[in-house]
Amino acid sequence: MNPIYSRRRRWDVIIRGLCIAAAAFGVTWLALILITLLYNGLAGLNLQVFTADTPPPGSTEGGLRNAIVGSLIMTVIGVGIGAPLGLFAGTYLAEYGRNDKLTSVIRFINDILLSAPSIIIGLFIYGAVVVPMRGFSAIAGSLALAVIVIPVVVRTTEDMLLLVPNPLREAASALGLPRSLVIKRIAYRAARSGLITGVLLATARVAGETAPLLFTALSNQFFSLGLDKTMANLPVTINNFVQSPYAYWKQLAWSGALLITLTVLALNIGARILGAERTAK
Amino acid sequence: MSEMSISVSAPTVHPGSQPLPEAPAKVTARNLNFYYGEHHALKNINLALGTNRVTAFIGPSGCGKSTLLRIFNRMYDLYPGQRATGQLLLDHTNMLDPKLDLNLLRARVGMVFQKPTPFPMTIYENIAFGIRLYEKISKSEMDDRVEKALRGGALWNEVKDKLNASGLSLSGGQQQRLCIARTVAVRPEVILFDEPCSALDPISTAKVEELIQELSENYTIAIVTHNMQQAARVSDKTAFMYLGELIEFDDTSKIFTSPSDRRTQDYITGRFG
Repeated sequence: MNPIYSRRRRWDVIIRGLCIAAAAFGVTWLALILITLLYNGLAGLNLQVFTADTPPPGSTEGGLRNAIVGSLIMTVIGVGIGAPLGLFAGTYLAEYGRNDKLTSVIRFINDILLSAPSIIIGLFIYGAVVVPMRGFSAIAGSLALAVIVIPVVVRTTEDMLLLVPNPLREAASALGLPRSLVIKRIAYRAARSGLITGVLLATARVAGETAPLLFTALSNQFFSLGLDKTMANLPVTINNFVQSPYAYWKQLAWSGALLITLTVLALNIGARILGAERTAK
Repeated sequence: MSEMSISVSAPTVHPGSQPLPEAPAKVTARNLNFYYGEHHALKNINLALGTNRVTAFIGPSGCGKSTLLRIFNRMYDLYPGQRATGQLLLDHTNMLDPKLDLNLLRARVGMVFQKPTPFPMTIYENIAFGIRLYEKISKSEMDDRVEKALRGGALWNEVKDKLNASGLSLSGGQQQRLCIARTVAVRPEVILFDEPCSALDPISTAKVEELIQELSENYTIAIVTHNMQQAARVSDKTAFMYLGELIEFDDTSKIFTSPSDRRTQDYITGRFG
C-alpha cells in the first residue's frame, strides 16, 4: 500500500478513537447522573409527594405539594411577564430596528444579560423589589424569573424572525399590507413554531433556577398562594433539604430533583418536536 | 456580417405579431434617477408603460432593470439609504411623492417575484388574505372571488379539491401561479413581474408566459427577464438597459430584428451579458 496513504489511515484510526473516547467520557457522566437521579428519585416518588406539604424537621410524613404549586405559579407568572416583553423586544430588533445603530447596542446588552449568572439577577431583584417592599415575596421571585426569561426569548425571537425570508415580507408589502400586518400576519406566522420553541426553552431554563429565588421568594414551609408572601418552590426546597441531616428530607429532595428534570426534559422534547415541524415545512 | 449573426441567433418574434398601436401611458418615468446610498444605479430613465401592454426589460445582470421595477411600486422604500429622483407618474399621480400612501399605491401596483413566495397559510387564505385587506365581503362572495382569481392564475383545476391545503405544499410552478392569482385577486392596475420564471421548469414557464399574455388584456404589465426568447414571446415593447441607462426602448419586433443601437444588437446576439 502507498506509505503516505497508510500513514493517513493510521492517523484516522487514532483521531477517530480519541473523538469517540471524548464523547463517551461526557455521556457516561451524564448517564450516571440520570441513573442515580432516577434510582433515588423514583424510590420516594409516591402520591404523598403531590398531596402533602413539606414536613417539619424529623417528620417522616409529607410531600412537596406547596413547593410544586409554588414553582408552577412563579414560573407561569415569570414566563407570563418575560415572554411577551421578550417577543416585543425581539420583534423590534428583527423587524423595525433591523438597520438601526441602537439595535446592535441592545443586542450586545441582551447577550450580556443572557450569560449573566442568575445569582446576580436574584441580587438585583433583592435590591430593586425585596428591599423596598420590606420582605421576600412570590412576586419578587416571579420578577427574577421574568428577568431571566426576557433575554432568552429576545434572542430566539430575533433569530427566528431573521430566518423568515425577506422576499416573503416584500411579497406581503407588495399586496399593500402595512408594516404591522406584515409582521403580525406573515412573519409571526412563518416563524410561529420557532417562537413557541423559544418560550418553551425559556420556561425550561427558569424551571430549575435556584439562585434567583433564594433572595426573592425565599421559601415557605407551608402552603401559600399569596403573591406578597414568601412562597415554597422546588429548587430552594431541594437545596435546603439536601443540606439537612434528615433522611426523609433527603429522600424528598431526590424526588423533587427528578420532577424538575422530567419537566425540563418534557419541555425540551416539546421544543424539539416543534422545531422539527418547522424544518419539515 | 452582423446582419448574418442577427438573423441566425436573435430570438424570433412571435410570427404574425404586428406592433400594436400606441397605447396611452399608464406609468411614465421622466429623468428618473436612483441611488443606493452613494451608488448611482439608474441614470435619467425616460419611458412609458402603455396601458394594457406588456413591456419587457432586458439587459445583463446589474444593469438596473430589477431596480427600475422596484421603483414602480416603491418597494425600495422598505430599505434605508435608497432614493429616487426625477418624475414618475401612475396615471396622473406622482408616485415619488413622499406623502403618498404606499399601501394604497401597492394595492394598485402588484408584484410577482423571482422565487415563488406563497404565504404560510392555506391556498384559499393566500388569495382571500389580500382581498380582505381592502374589502369586506360575504363568505359566498369571497368564494367566488377566490375561484375567479385562481382561474385567472390558471391554477383552479389543479387546486379546486384542496383549497385548504397549505400553499407551501404546491410545486414551484403552481406556487408561482398562486402568487400571480393572489396579485390579480386584489384587482391592481399594473402588475410587475421580476424574473417570474427563473426558478421554474420549462412547462411551468410556458404556462406562466401564456398567463402573462392573457393578463395583458386587462392589466398593464412590466416584466424583467434574463431570457430574451421570453421577452420576444410575451412583450409588446422591450427596453434594453445597460449599466444603469436605458439604451433602447421600442417595439419588441423592432428590438429583436433591427435594433438601432450597437450595444442592443451585441446583447441580443449573445456577444456579451
